[in-house]
Amino acid sequence: MTEPVAATRNACKLCAPLGACLALRGIEGAVPFLHGSQGCATYIRRYMISHFREPMDVAASSFGEAATVFGGGENLRRGLRNVTRQYRPDVIGIATTCLAETIGEDIAVALRGYDPETVPAPALVRVSTPSYRGTHVDGYQATLMAVVDSLAEGGDRESHINVFPGIVSPADIRYLKEITAGFDLDATILPDYSETLDGPQLEEYQNIPAGGTPLAAIRRMGRARASIEIGRALAGAPTAATAIERKFGVRRINLGWPVGVRESDAFFETLAELTGRPVPEAHQKERGRLIDAYVDGHKYVFGRRAVVYGEEDLVAGIAAFLAEIGIVPVLCASGGESGTLEAALASLGVEGAIVRQGADFATIGELARGLSPDVLVGNSKGYALARELGIPLIRTGFPIHDRVGGQRILHLGYRGAQQLFDAVVNTLLASEQDRSPVGYSYL
Amino acid sequence: MQILEDRKQQVYRKGAEPFRLECNRQSAVGSVSQRACVFCGSRVVLYPIADALHLVHGPVGCAAYTWDIRGSLSSGPQLHRVSFTTDLREMDVIHGGEKKLYRALCQLIDRHAPKATFVYSTCIVGVIGDDVEAVAARVSREKGIPVLPVHSEGFRGTKRDGYRAACNALARLTGTGSVEGVSPVSINILGDFNLAGEVWTIREYFEKLGVQVVATITGDGRVDDIRRAHGAALNLVQCSGSMTYLAKHLEERWGTPFRRVSYFGIEDMSQALYDTAAFFERHDPGIRDRAAALVRAELEAVMPGIRDYRSRLEGRRAAIYVGGAFKAFSLVRALRLLGMKTVMVGSQTGLDEDYEELRRLCDDGTIITDDSNPLELSAFLAEKEVDLFIGGVKERPIAYKLGVGFCDHNHERKVPLAGFTGMLNFAREVYSTVASPVWKLTPRRQRKERAK
Repeated sequence: MTEPVAATRNACKLCAPLGACLALRGIEGAVPFLHGSQGCATYIRRYMISHFREPMDVAASSFGEAATVFGGGENLRRGLRNVTRQYRPDVIGIATTCLAETIGEDIAVALRGYDPETVPAPALVRVSTPSYRGTHVDGYQATLMAVVDSLAEGGDRESHINVFPGIVSPADIRYLKEITAGFDLDATILPDYSETLDGPQLEEYQNIPAGGTPLAAIRRMGRARASIEIGRALAGAPTAATAIERKFGVRRINLGWPVGVRESDAFFETLAELTGRPVPEAHQKERGRLIDAYVDGHKYVFGRRAVVYGEEDLVAGIAAFLAEIGIVPVLCASGGESGTLEAALASLGVEGAIVRQGADFATIGELARGLSPDVLVGNSKGYALARELGIPLIRTGFPIHDRVGGQRILHLGYRGAQQLFDAVVNTLLASEQDRSPVGYSYL
Repeated sequence: MQILEDRKQQVYRKGAEPFRLECNRQSAVGSVSQRACVFCGSRVVLYPIADALHLVHGPVGCAAYTWDIRGSLSSGPQLHRVSFTTDLREMDVIHGGEKKLYRALCQLIDRHAPKATFVYSTCIVGVIGDDVEAVAARVSREKGIPVLPVHSEGFRGTKRDGYRAACNALARLTGTGSVEGVSPVSINILGDFNLAGEVWTIREYFEKLGVQVVATITGDGRVDDIRRAHGAALNLVQCSGSMTYLAKHLEERWGTPFRRVSYFGIEDMSQALYDTAAFFERHDPGIRDRAAALVRAELEAVMPGIRDYRSRLEGRRAAIYVGGAFKAFSLVRALRLLGMKTVMVGSQTGLDEDYEELRRLCDDGTIITDDSNPLELSAFLAEKEVDLFIGGVKERPIAYKLGVGFCDHNHERKVPLAGFTGMLNFAREVYSTVASPVWKLTPRRQRKERAK
């Protein structure tokens, strides 16, 4: 065994402040604000615009040398006032960058005596997200936790529920809303970037895109009947749902990403139990069609070998789905280092795969070359590897930088599984058809 | 829309007197600047050097967001497209990142055998006090290749300071190679980054004139070429913001004169060839005629197409927001050739003299702005009823959201826009967005139709 590689080569993860910005974009009237260098905000905006193809404004306190040496308090206060003047936000989410954290910025102290100059003043949420700790997933979760920690209120129990969906697509969030509405459930989904990051053409520019979880809905989260938290990689880690449970006694239900039939069943059953209602017929029919499609296409996929990569929860969900349809996940990799991927996969019945956490694309490539995979499943950053291996890439998750519609990819539930299944089967059929010397016209 | 008090001096409308536009300063805090940082400036400039290893010393973000970020093509090695980082973690921040940096450098150099290595310092490296110079010197000694620190801590100024840091690293490389075989009629092409293969087009033009191209810095760049770049007789500097530092260094250290040029648009491209020909006429009396012949032949090939697009674009209104102001000059002229009027123009990093030049170029009423932000830009697009916005990825959604056509003149372009053929491509790009039928369905256009 050679010594471990010290450098990360083509990272399979992003930094925590990106996750913070994504989460904050899902709160109504919110502006993300990075405390640190100007570049972080701009890079994150660019990265997210290339996926969502939507305006993505992130403010920054734009540290210069002076702020770095003497502290960024004045930059922070002035920056917040400028953001307030320009955007008239309801919420400003202040996430720290590695620079602010390294020089030991204390935002609470910096905000003492801060005069926002506007009435009502925007609510301020603070979260610590240094790039050197964890990944974008951690930044996302930390932000949601900070949001509920500073904004959620307790009181008499009410009938609504909280849903924390994880880093899913805007289409997934729209679908989750449709599902909960189908159960007549009053659900607060946090975050909700289904409209802010997948909005319509406008006649007038909106300073802050319409949509997002309303502040009032966040405030009442402490009075909810239960919180559904989607993501097994979170098990054991402090999250928004655990914070609400600890503070207000709201029951936390942790589920895997409902990808594929089995995990979707568990999700729908949970909603049925919570509401005492049966799964609405429309979803049952979708489930029926999905399994019918599985049968129609099963031979085209059986025994094929897949490499799956991305955030731990996405990887676990996709791998379980692939296993369910007869594809063998031979490598499950994530840049995240939660240490939970192996257990999540085991609990989903995914066996035999090489599991790597803390992996980069160079490592994924080195392992993949020895595994003769038929397909890659993950975000668009695997394209170079897919091209090298001469196998197709099925684009899922975030980011998708080389196709349109990344924000509309559906992963969750029966409908998401249907779309994924069609994509997997047709991609495999297409690559076989293209390679065939005959060029069959019936498949 | 209300322009921030902190920024009021950075927006100017031509016609107002006296002319005053503040620039070249740190972004107004909280303004949502379209600028990035010092690191970004260095990274984009050095990125295209294809046989060098580029290691970002810092936490994961800086490297992740700059992986394969520019469409800078290489005719050979592709090492520049791999994103290497020391991916610093909390313990590295506490105990220092030098050991990790040393190990990473040694392993990567052994594995990839680069001709040189650039080590980019990010924000926290400057704060935790890693001695990158010392580590680089040690590795350079041990591995026998140049290992060049790039002092690009994000907070140490603006993107422009990043250009300077990149040029400082390049300056250390120049003058270290043999100049044997370098002709007295020779140039370096500075400040073209070979997006969509543009530097190949430009290089071919100069070679047709009989001018030897010693180094292209940095598009399709090679370490060995840069090492002998000091042998060239003349430096042609495009994208003046990023490469003037290096041109000035070469002038001071090696006495090489430089000329500012641009390869965008017919006028500027022709001028670049004529200026070069004039410079070398004393060595090669026929060069002026060859330049004229080349320009004539190229124009004959592209002008019919350009005239055709012009007839369909005449009278349309354009807005420009780009990184460097120098590019904006060319764009204003190129749009004029297409019969289009520039009603707003701005840049991230322009200087006093750049904005003065823009003021001279533009018509009365044109908005000129430095270091703008999305809210201002969206308001300007609406106010000026713009048909086309030219910018980069971050400007695109502002245009599209408002139903305005867009042309990427930045890292993501896939079609060469430089040179004579580039002008024809540019016309086609502009036409393909402005003439699209999709706008007819957008709310803004429908409102206009209703108002008629």
